[in-house]
Amino acid sequence: MLSIQNLHATVADKPILKGLTLDLPAGEVHAIMGPNGAGKSTLSYVLTGREGYEVSEGSATLDGEDLLGLDPSERAARGVFLSFQYPLEIPGVPALTFIRTALNAQRKARGEPEVSAPAFLKQARETAAALKIDFDMLKRSLNVGFSGGEKKRMEIFQMAMLSPRLLILDETDSGLDIDALKIVAAGVNAMRSPGRAMLVITHYQRLLDYIRPDRVHVLSAGRIVASGGPELAHELEREGYDKYGKAA
Amino acid sequence: MTLATALKTGDLTKLPSRRDEDWRWTDLRGLIRAVPPASPQASVAPGGPFADLGGDELAVVNGRTDGLPDLVVEGPAAQLARLRFVSTAAGGGHQARIRISVKPGASLTLLESYEGRAAGYLASADLDISLGEGASVERIVLADDDAEAVSVSTASVNLSPGAAYSQTVMTTGARRQRLETRIAHPGAGATARLDGAYLLSAQRHADLTTAVDHGGLNGATNQLTKGVVRDQARGVFQGRIVVERGADGTDARMRHQALILSERAEVDAKPELLIFADDVQCAHGNTIGALDEEAIFYAMQRGVPAEQARAMLTTAFVGEVIDRIGHDGAREIARAWAEAQLGSL
Repeated sequence: MLSIQNLHATVADKPILKGLTLDLPAGEVHAIMGPNGAGKSTLSYVLTGREGYEVSEGSATLDGEDLLGLDPSERAARGVFLSFQYPLEIPGVPALTFIRTALNAQRKARGEPEVSAPAFLKQARETAAALKIDFDMLKRSLNVGFSGGEKKRMEIFQMAMLSPRLLILDETDSGLDIDALKIVAAGVNAMRSPGRAMLVITHYQRLLDYIRPDRVHVLSAGRIVASGGPELAHELEREGYDKYGKAA
Repeated sequence: MTLATALKTGDLTKLPSRRDEDWRWTDLRGLIRAVPPASPQASVAPGGPFADLGGDELAVVNGRTDGLPDLVVEGPAAQLARLRFVSTAAGGGHQARIRISVKPGASLTLLESYEGRAAGYLASADLDISLGEGASVERIVLADDDAEAVSVSTASVNLSPGAAYSQTVMTTGARRQRLETRIAHPGAGATARLDGAYLLSAQRHADLTTAVDHGGLNGATNQLTKGVVRDQARGVFQGRIVVERGADGTDARMRHQALILSERAEVDAKPELLIFADDVQCAHGNTIGALDEEAIFYAMQRGVPAEQARAMLTTAFVGEVIDRIGHDGAREIARAWAEAQLGSL
């Protein structure tokens, strides 16, 4: 699925990723943990193609296809989805309109027909119910006036509607109380499938009690410095990141 | 000092110039070097952007109002009129004055269009609109002047107690264009909504100027103007609200927001609240900036291509003005008009 080889990236000419290598097979959930400043968010932005995040060396491929040469919308059409740590507010664009526009743009890029309005609405109603999102909220401007927790839930809603193949969750648990966290985690877990892979980026182990990873990687100073099973997350929670060195 | 006077007298020194404080961003004197020949009489087929909404059509072609009576609206039935200012004379000059009187309790939807059908004309339109007690008017303007034209429209609106006046002026500008509204506001429960949008490209210029004079107790004015400019276009917003001594209980709100999409485009804004009364609620806000690049990245991350993301965010930005239009049919025509314009920006 996702293969990252010796990835180097800079932000404003400052090296942040310094030779990151990672293999994420289809069907698996991998967690990326690390101290603040280790490059966790940079990794999510480099994979999604945000402007200002320059790759100087290395590669990232999805099912063998180079991602780094594509613009963000082309990557999305190939199934890359990032759940933002801080989702943006889009005034004047109702959530449903936004998501339908995105879905149809992706389908068009893949040479698929547009989804019909009734089919889209039916899926939206079912998905909203599962995530305990008030359907009326979807008629309001996307994220405008939403609480932090509502925004995160809306990210998962969009993820479910767009049905991506590679899911990147950047600090999805921040700003969530325990009830919201359970709902969000259930939404994420419902999307686990043999054809999908997930990268769960988190500073704390808490989220991983609800979204159980197959592998845990420690990111420090721009590289993966340790990898292990789920028990690694508990060890990090107990002992902190000190033994892996401070971020550069 | 008006374009109309200069056209009537042939005296170019009567043109407003940059030395006039209210015209400093819309200099006509420095632009117009010769008196244009008077535009000839002409006629046009019925139509215009609001044709589908029916109502009475008043077409002013090349400034000719011969045979057009003053528009008087009375009686309980809501009326709809389409007022078209059509310019068909290349390089010609013309001016017109229209009087509209809406009697107490009567109601008018005024759908106004400026239709440039020739290059480089000089056109002036003056509207006198009076609203009787409890009367209501919604005025919606779509201005499509020629790129080389000079066009000035001035509406002077007189409100009576309890009257409700609202307007939405949307324009694509001209070589130089000013759409001005002056409101004599008596307070006394009368309300005014003054919205506008300028959507400009190439070297077009549009100036939306408003002046509201609150002369009495308990009046309300609510104003929202938005602009989108690109290339070397220039947008001007001047909004003045005066609250006279004794006009207590006035509620006046003014907002102007503009998006600049190119480095060489320009927006000049001058919001003014002049308050001489004590007990009032007044606020104004003015923001000018670029499209939010983070929001564009967010939309692209969800699969929306860059150009479509920009168009979506720009349309949404202007949409707030369009959503405030009260007349359903006119609102959708304005929306389609704006989307077509933004699509070509």
